[in-house]
Amino acid sequence: MPASTRKLLDPDIIGRAALDAVRKLNPVHLLKNPVIFVTEVGALLTTVGLLMRSKSEPAGFVLQISVWLWFTVLFANFAEAMAEGRGKAQASELRKTRTCLTANLLRSDGSVESVSAERLRKGDLVIVSAREVIPADGEIVEGAATVDESAITGESAPVIREAGGDRSAVTGGTRVLSDRIKVRVTSDPGQSFLDRMISLVEGARRQKTPNEIALTILLSALTIIFLVVIISLKPFGRYSGVDLTMTVLVALLVCLIPTTIGGLLNAIGIAGIDRMVQKNVLAMSGRAVEAAGDVDVLLLDKTGTITLGDRQATDFFPAPGVTIEEMASAAQLASLADETPEGRSIVVLAKKHGLRGRSISDMPGAAFIAFSAQTRMSGVDLGGHRIRKGAPDAIRAFIGNDYSVEVHDAVSQIAFKGGTPLLVADEKRVLGTIELKDIVKGGLKDRFERFRAMGIKTVMITGDNPLTAAAIARESGVDDFIAEAKPEDKLMLIRKEQAAGHLVAMTGDGTNDAPALAQADVGMAMNTGTQAAREAGNMVDLDSNPTKLIEVVEIGKQLLITRGALTTFSIANDVAKYFAIVPAMLVGVFPVIAPLNIMGLRSPASAILSAVIFNALIIIALIPLALRGVRFRPLGAAALLRRNLLIYGLGGLVAPFPGIKLVDIILNALHLV
Amino acid sequence: MRNWITELRTSFLAVLALAVILCGLYPLTAWVLAHGLFPGKADGSLVTRDGTVLGSSLIGQEFSSPQYFHPRPSAAGRGYDAERSGGTNLGPLSKNLVDEVERRVAAYRAENGLPPNALVPADAVTSSGSGLDPHISPENAHLQAGRVARARGVPEAKILELVEAYTAGRTLGILGQPRVNVLRLNLALDGVRDVGR
Amino acid sequence: MAMMDLYGWIQLALFVGLLFLVTKPVGLYLVRVLEPDGKTWLDRPVRPVERLLYRVLGVDPKGEQDWKQYTQSLISFSLAGLLFTYAVLRLQHILPLNPQKLGPVRPDLAFNTAASFTTNTNWQNYAGETTLSYFSQMVGLVFHNFVSAAAGIAAAAALVRGIARHSAKTIGNFWVDLVRVNLYLLLPFSLVFSLFLTSQGIVQNFKPYVRTTPVESTTAAAPDKAGNSQIIAQGPASSQVAIKMLGTNGGGFFNANAAHPYENPTPLSNFIQMLSIFLIPSGLTYYLGRKVRNQKHGWAVWSAMAILFLAAALVCWRAESAGNPRLQALGVDPGGGNMEGKEVRFGVSGSSLFATVTTAASCGAVNSMHDSFTPLGGLVPLVNIQLGEVVFGGVGSGLYGMLIFVILAVFLTGLMVGRTPEYLGKKIESYDVKVSVLAVLILIFSILGFSAWATVSRWGLAGLNNSGPHGLSEILYAFSSGTGNNGSAFAGLNGNTPSYNITLALAMLFGRFIMMVPVLALAGNLARKKLIPPSEASFPASGPTFIIILIGTVLIVGALTFLPALTLGPVVEHLLMTGSGVLY
Repeated sequence: MPASTRKLLDPDIIGRAALDAVRKLNPVHLLKNPVIFVTEVGALLTTVGLLMRSKSEPAGFVLQISVWLWFTVLFANFAEAMAEGRGKAQASELRKTRTCLTANLLRSDGSVESVSAERLRKGDLVIVSAREVIPADGEIVEGAATVDESAITGESAPVIREAGGDRSAVTGGTRVLSDRIKVRVTSDPGQSFLDRMISLVEGARRQKTPNEIALTILLSALTIIFLVVIISLKPFGRYSGVDLTMTVLVALLVCLIPTTIGGLLNAIGIAGIDRMVQKNVLAMSGRAVEAAGDVDVLLLDKTGTITLGDRQATDFFPAPGVTIEEMASAAQLASLADETPEGRSIVVLAKKHGLRGRSISDMPGAAFIAFSAQTRMSGVDLGGHRIRKGAPDAIRAFIGNDYSVEVHDAVSQIAFKGGTPLLVADEKRVLGTIELKDIVKGGLKDRFERFRAMGIKTVMITGDNPLTAAAIARESGVDDFIAEAKPEDKLMLIRKEQAAGHLVAMTGDGTNDAPALAQADVGMAMNTGTQAAREAGNMVDLDSNPTKLIEVVEIGKQLLITRGALTTFSIANDVAKYFAIVPAMLVGVFPVIAPLNIMGLRSPASAILSAVIFNALIIIALIPLALRGVRFRPLGAAALLRRNLLIYGLGGLVAPFPGIKLVDIILNALHLV
Repeated sequence: MRNWITELRTSFLAVLALAVILCGLYPLTAWVLAHGLFPGKADGSLVTRDGTVLGSSLIGQEFSSPQYFHPRPSAAGRGYDAERSGGTNLGPLSKNLVDEVERRVAAYRAENGLPPNALVPADAVTSSGSGLDPHISPENAHLQAGRVARARGVPEAKILELVEAYTAGRTLGILGQPRVNVLRLNLALDGVRDVGR
Repeated sequence: MAMMDLYGWIQLALFVGLLFLVTKPVGLYLVRVLEPDGKTWLDRPVRPVERLLYRVLGVDPKGEQDWKQYTQSLISFSLAGLLFTYAVLRLQHILPLNPQKLGPVRPDLAFNTAASFTTNTNWQNYAGETTLSYFSQMVGLVFHNFVSAAAGIAAAAALVRGIARHSAKTIGNFWVDLVRVNLYLLLPFSLVFSLFLTSQGIVQNFKPYVRTTPVESTTAAAPDKAGNSQIIAQGPASSQVAIKMLGTNGGGFFNANAAHPYENPTPLSNFIQMLSIFLIPSGLTYYLGRKVRNQKHGWAVWSAMAILFLAAALVCWRAESAGNPRLQALGVDPGGGNMEGKEVRFGVSGSSLFATVTTAASCGAVNSMHDSFTPLGGLVPLVNIQLGEVVFGGVGSGLYGMLIFVILAVFLTGLMVGRTPEYLGKKIESYDVKVSVLAVLILIFSILGFSAWATVSRWGLAGLNNSGPHGLSEILYAFSSGTGNNGSAFAGLNGNTPSYNITLALAMLFGRFIMMVPVLALAGNLARKKLIPPSEASFPASGPTFIIILIGTVLIVGALTFLPALTLGPVVEHLLMTGSGVLY
């Protein structure tokens, strides 16, 4: 993806965000963020107050307070604009690919007409040839082609798309490199995948997630509470003979309401989606990212997620009286016509036994029999010998009677270990047993271990028999497995887990995965998958790498932790601000209150101003953390909580004391108060 | 609305039914049992002499003549009004309080013949919460003993002996404060021993 | 009476130790009482009465209510009780048991008093001895001492059920909870307690006030006293004091409340009364743990309460021991501490501990005059109340108040475990947050709103007994105590004026019922939710981290709000006391 190369704090983005921050001062926009809205009203009041201030208040003080209150609002806006920046840049790149596409529309009479892509409707058929850009999302109904999808995935290696099956979907904006395909359009203009992607990365239609709504309610309530505190302080002051000015009351209000988290809340959410995008995962909503953090059951397809996708030959076990070279040679010959990955892996393994590479074209006299699902055998007829390789029962049928006890043992032992046994036979003689094994991806065991520590259960789904499934489950370290699973079983399993209160994540690519993807709390569809799958899920992985589900969960958790950490930090901050402002407000009338000024701030004006400035600057200081996210550690909840509470809770309590003091020193050094 | 009507009907029934049990049966049972088990205490721990009710050993009463020990200042009515219990409710910075205490300190020193710098026990110059505090601190009693002895013309040691005898320690050795019941001590001075035990 | 002497430390340790020991048995008993068919050893005598009551009320004890029905029953019953007491007070002159021939109570005072007892506040704008007949006390007030306590326990039980249940619609049956709590818990406990109190000297009779002949008026030594008499108020005090403590009501039989020797005669009665205030609130934390099948959580809540309590008790005790330097400057022995408004038999440690207990809970009984405490000593009760009385708190109301803070604490920090906030397997969502903050908002609105109004109005200032910062404290204390349903006072404030009677009554009603509706709504909403099975990733609702978070939330959300006002009141007063010569 072009924009993924951009740094978090790219100067271009900063420049644009600064402008946006000013634009966002529009109160209508801020109404959605009550905390910052109140801050803006406060800024407005002190600014107006500048003209009607009481004589006791120096204009310089009121002016500086007003300015810093405006900065507080601007900084909050800036945080949001920064978070949006990377997405916006990316969206404009994506928009370029969309412009001025033409399509070869296939008419019902068979003629082809060149039309603008915008005129295409669902169900239209278009022809796309090599070097042309696919004009709209669709499904290949005829042909196969290599397609460059780097415009949306950032991955430069071309992918193969073909009619029928699970790899038939093509995306508008991607380029056909070879061949010619007929595509049925599946989206109307404006609703294409690219369009959705643009609006997603741009955050244009971003809706608050349930947790954000709840948090906003809490922050609004705190704002109301502090409003009551401040308003009631006026009469209390009057009773006590303290005349509290509007400037001071507004300053205290803004310091007490949770401006830090209020200002950064949106940025954190947007940055979460953005972090997904950086991993080439498109989350359809912030809600999906949030759900990813909550997930506690991962349904993982064996093939492609846990194993490398295909079984590989790992060993030859010759029958008694057969040398390993003899067996390897026969196995290779029998597999030359087997184009499946299994077949190819046998050829490769045989080479390790000192055989030179052979190919079909080397042997004009041989009659090759290709692998077929009916016979479940492949082989070659060579010099009167019929050499075959295949599943044990297929070979037994081929040789016409049972094979030896030794071979029997080898077959059952391989099956027990979770492998797949194949037999090689020359006419009526069984030469030996080939062991095919699923190769488990590296590093998974550790990862699943980490998940267990985080309270997430991993369940492997496989069509294999229970024996094989158990062996792979053991090797990969998943917590549980479902063997001999049919696609419908996934849906059932998800419903069962959800009924027990779990949140479930899964990946899928086939059309028959669609219902389960829709049912799952996090359904990550592969970009190579069918249109149906991509629409059913709430995330699309552009790299089509199912293992990435694991990272998605981590990003979700990171988002939630960041939000929680900054909320805690923001609220803990209040303690210090009280100690800065309250003594300063009252010391004029009650000089005895001076000992409460524990930070030793130089003067009342300096104390109040320092608190306000600190309050504004802390937003800026925390923007990088909000955008990057608190580092996620795979620990249990108790350990995570302890750790984060220590950093952000205790930190939030303590940090403002030296912070405000420092501002106070600088203000006085510069003679600003 | 109908719902509310039936609900209120149930509510009033509940109020009446529960009132019978909680406000009728309960206090009456408590009354019967209390009188059965602790008759004197249920009736107010009254102290009588020759058929005259002199007061209650739990309720402080005014003593101002020199031959008696004096109780604490009282804010109940015009002092030890057992129909109007209460304290001064003056805050620590109250001028009224400070002035009053200043006056009491001077008076206390004067009537007990203490030097002008003598520390005065806190309870002797502050009002109690109830205004009916029956006790004074042993320190307070000791300081008054000399005056009582002089007024009665008996040796101070005799008086101090009585004070000692009428000083109650902490309950279970832990709870509360050592204290002297003024009424009981004063009656003992008059020869009435061990009332209200 | 040395400063913070050893005896005080032992007393404090003994108090917390005993409280810890009674928590489990009381909690287990509560589990039985709060189940409609729970078995207790009182079943044989009480069960028939219980059944009879259901028949009279027409209530099906097996039928449960959803939160709206539960709330409706609770509010409707409280309304009926309010009207009942109002009628009793207004008609006391024609009702029996009025040996002193007291007249009817003024309408505004009757309204205030009825609201006060209905809401478990027991704020006393009346003076018991001179205003209320025995009947008014025994029927009009004691009734609420029982049923308002039962209603509080019922609401807490409903909330605990909401937390414990899942995918459920109902949260119990109010009438069953009301009847069972009264019959199986409050009534038998009170009866036993009442007898103990009489054994210590609390009166229990229906005699007219006793006219006595004071000793001095019988001797020739004081001729000016001849013919004087002391009239000593009497009454059925013991039965009332027992439930006033157990039900954290606090309304005194006599004006001086638990400072009056007839209400609290001995150090032992003082100690047991303090313990009885916390008995049920402490047991309820065990009940919580038991019902939600997480006893560690119950103890964590208990520990948070205990820590807050100890901190408060120590601050108060220290301040009172140090005494008033202004009086010490006049020659008052500093060793005695601040004895103004305190009884000799309790001393400083027994008084400051009582003050902390009674305001940590929503009891409001006082054995010393908080108005005369040192500024920081008086700050403690005030802050205790402003926290929402969640440190053990009122019977029921303490637990549900604390659970509101638990919800807020979990919501604020729960995200830090990397999941959306979750409390004991329930997701905390916007509805839960909304009703929880509503409960907190009501408290703050009522306390600060009414206080602010009073400080700038003629009626507000007219009631003050002290001026300067202490006057502000008196007003703040009144509306905090009213809203928090505590009932104790900086009693110098003369609240018995129409304006105070009505504003305080409103504060009490808001603080009770507007607070209870969100609590029960929360109960209903939590009951409805699905349960997420516990795992390594679940928010740990126990252990030191949780306790710290809970305490932090209570202090930051609960207390900091009041800091500016408190600074102008007790804090400034303290600094003036120690750092200047100002008097008011």
